[in-house]
Amino acid sequence: MSEVAGLSQNVEGGRCVLRIAGNLTILRVRKLSEQLEAIEAETIEVDLSGVERMDTVGAWLIHKLERDRGAKIVGATEEQQVLIDHVARADQPIKVHRDPEPLVYQFVGRVGDATQMALSTMLGLLGFFGSMLISCGHIIRHPRRFRFNAVVTRFEVVGVHSLGIIGLMSFLVGIVIAQQGAVQLRQFGAEVFTINLIGRSALKELGVLMTAIMVAGRSGSAFAAQIGSMKLNEEVDAMRTIGVSPMEALVIPRVLATVLLMPLLGFYAAIIAIVGGGLFCWFSLDIPPITFIQRTREVVPMTDLYQTLIKAPVFGLIIAMAGCYQGLQVEGNAEEVGLRTTAAVVQGIFLVIVLDAFFAVFFTEIGWP
Amino acid sequence: MAPREPLVEVHGLENRFGEQVVHEGLDLSVRAGEILGVVGGSGTGKSVLMRSIIGLQTPHAGQITVFGQPMIGRDEEDAKNVRRRWGVLFQGGALFSTLTVAENVQVPIKEFYPGIDQELLDEIAAYKIAMVGLGSDAGAKFPSELSGGMRKRAGIARALSLDPELLFLDEPTAGLDPIGAAAFDQLIGELRDALGLTVFLITHDLDTLHAICDRVAVIADRKVVAVGTIPELLALDHKWIQDYFNGPRGRAASQIDERETREGTGA
Repeated sequence: MSEVAGLSQNVEGGRCVLRIAGNLTILRVRKLSEQLEAIEAETIEVDLSGVERMDTVGAWLIHKLERDRGAKIVGATEEQQVLIDHVARADQPIKVHRDPEPLVYQFVGRVGDATQMALSTMLGLLGFFGSMLISCGHIIRHPRRFRFNAVVTRFEVVGVHSLGIIGLMSFLVGIVIAQQGAVQLRQFGAEVFTINLIGRSALKELGVLMTAIMVAGRSGSAFAAQIGSMKLNEEVDAMRTIGVSPMEALVIPRVLATVLLMPLLGFYAAIIAIVGGGLFCWFSLDIPPITFIQRTREVVPMTDLYQTLIKAPVFGLIIAMAGCYQGLQVEGNAEEVGLRTTAAVVQGIFLVIVLDAFFAVFFTEIGWP
Repeated sequence: MAPREPLVEVHGLENRFGEQVVHEGLDLSVRAGEILGVVGGSGTGKSVLMRSIIGLQTPHAGQITVFGQPMIGRDEEDAKNVRRRWGVLFQGGALFSTLTVAENVQVPIKEFYPGIDQELLDEIAAYKIAMVGLGSDAGAKFPSELSGGMRKRAGIARALSLDPELLFLDEPTAGLDPIGAAAFDQLIGELRDALGLTVFLITHDLDTLHAICDRVAVIADRKVVAVGTIPELLALDHKWIQDYFNGPRGRAASQIDERETREGTGA
């Protein structure tokens, strides 16, 4: 005879009689199921008369004894028997785990999914650009449909509200370039060329690129999230049924505001970066501001500014389009809004950097230094 | 059913959001073994009452006792021991979207009783899922792959995973078609009988009230204005109650109820 925590085991007339006492609940189930597994007897009888409380997990263990080992249950109260019967009825083949897929399939499947996703997004963006142009055409023919107020509101959100963060970022970037450049150039005794480095890189590349990244993170994501939650809320569908084109009411004001403001923000960022670099030169390299400005005017060609002013609206267009496109793709649940917002930012920044590379090659080819 | 000791007792509950007073001097008790329906107009704070009882919201004043233990101002560790004795079904099911249905059911068990081996966990999840009437392939599915009614059933399976004595249901039949809603009512009734549950059920659904609720509590004017069986409530002279049960929808639901009773006794 052995007895562990309310389970006693007796051999009576060739049968193994299990007496369970106390509570037969999930609290004890771990130990009990091990003990029950260890029993080797052929014929088992379970005596439940000592059980005070039983829950479904306890009933499940009893049911398993009955099912797998042909155990005979005695001494169960009516309520306990009801519970055991109820659990027995719920003993149906239920799939708990997904069928595992071979690793090769998984890999190939993922690559395929990603490729298809990338291609369909590119196609979708192209189609979106087309339908936006058509809407622009409509607005040009019916100027009264142009939503001036909506555009001005976006000016504020996209432009004015981001002046602080873009200014601070550009200022710090200017200082970092000046500092890093000065350390390297000092080795050749050419510290004065730090001014070239700051002026040209800020005006030509960094100002507009950093601004694009900030705008994508700030405004592109906001567009996707706003339009996405409107889509979820069926606001976009309501607009359509009322006869308001979402393209005219939601997309064009946002895109237009971003396209118009990106050159201003890019120029502002470049100037602030130059100011930051200039201050660093003044304090650290003892180059007085007047010299800094004079030298900057000599070495930075006007074409650098033109490059920024040409690139900026294109970047703005891409960022705003990616944001609005992803927002309109939202379907189903709130989780989708988060995914689409992330996608909008990633695509916006990725496309901006790819296009920036094209622009760099293009401007070099046409002879802009 | 003979009145037994109350499982939940709310006394003098007061809830406010800024200027807006939701509850003021609200008293309610839920007896062991009953299905208590809670009704009230939109915005009367039915869900707020439930959230106060289960500790998701700290009321401004009042006493809440569950299983004879005061719930307000308890520390989190202490409250855990009470929490494992109840299950909650939120309106949308509130299943964890990154886990399959079976994994959802296993979460509370793993949390409160770590060390149970995976095989037994899978068996437990499987019979819970079958118990709430989900199909054989539902266990491995993600919540996004389920319909609204199935999601609620999965939510009940999770709420039942620790074999609670007390079950809170927030509008379980909202958004279900009438057939699905009737099946859900039946499920709740069956589970109550088999598992000996006490159920706190918030609903708008008159059919649910007639079909399974033992008593109904009516919330109006920031407190519980009446508690009782439907005939008891009908005898009261309160405008909202009369409008609610004797409106066109209320009458239709009670006629079905009467017909069923008559057929039941005739057979």
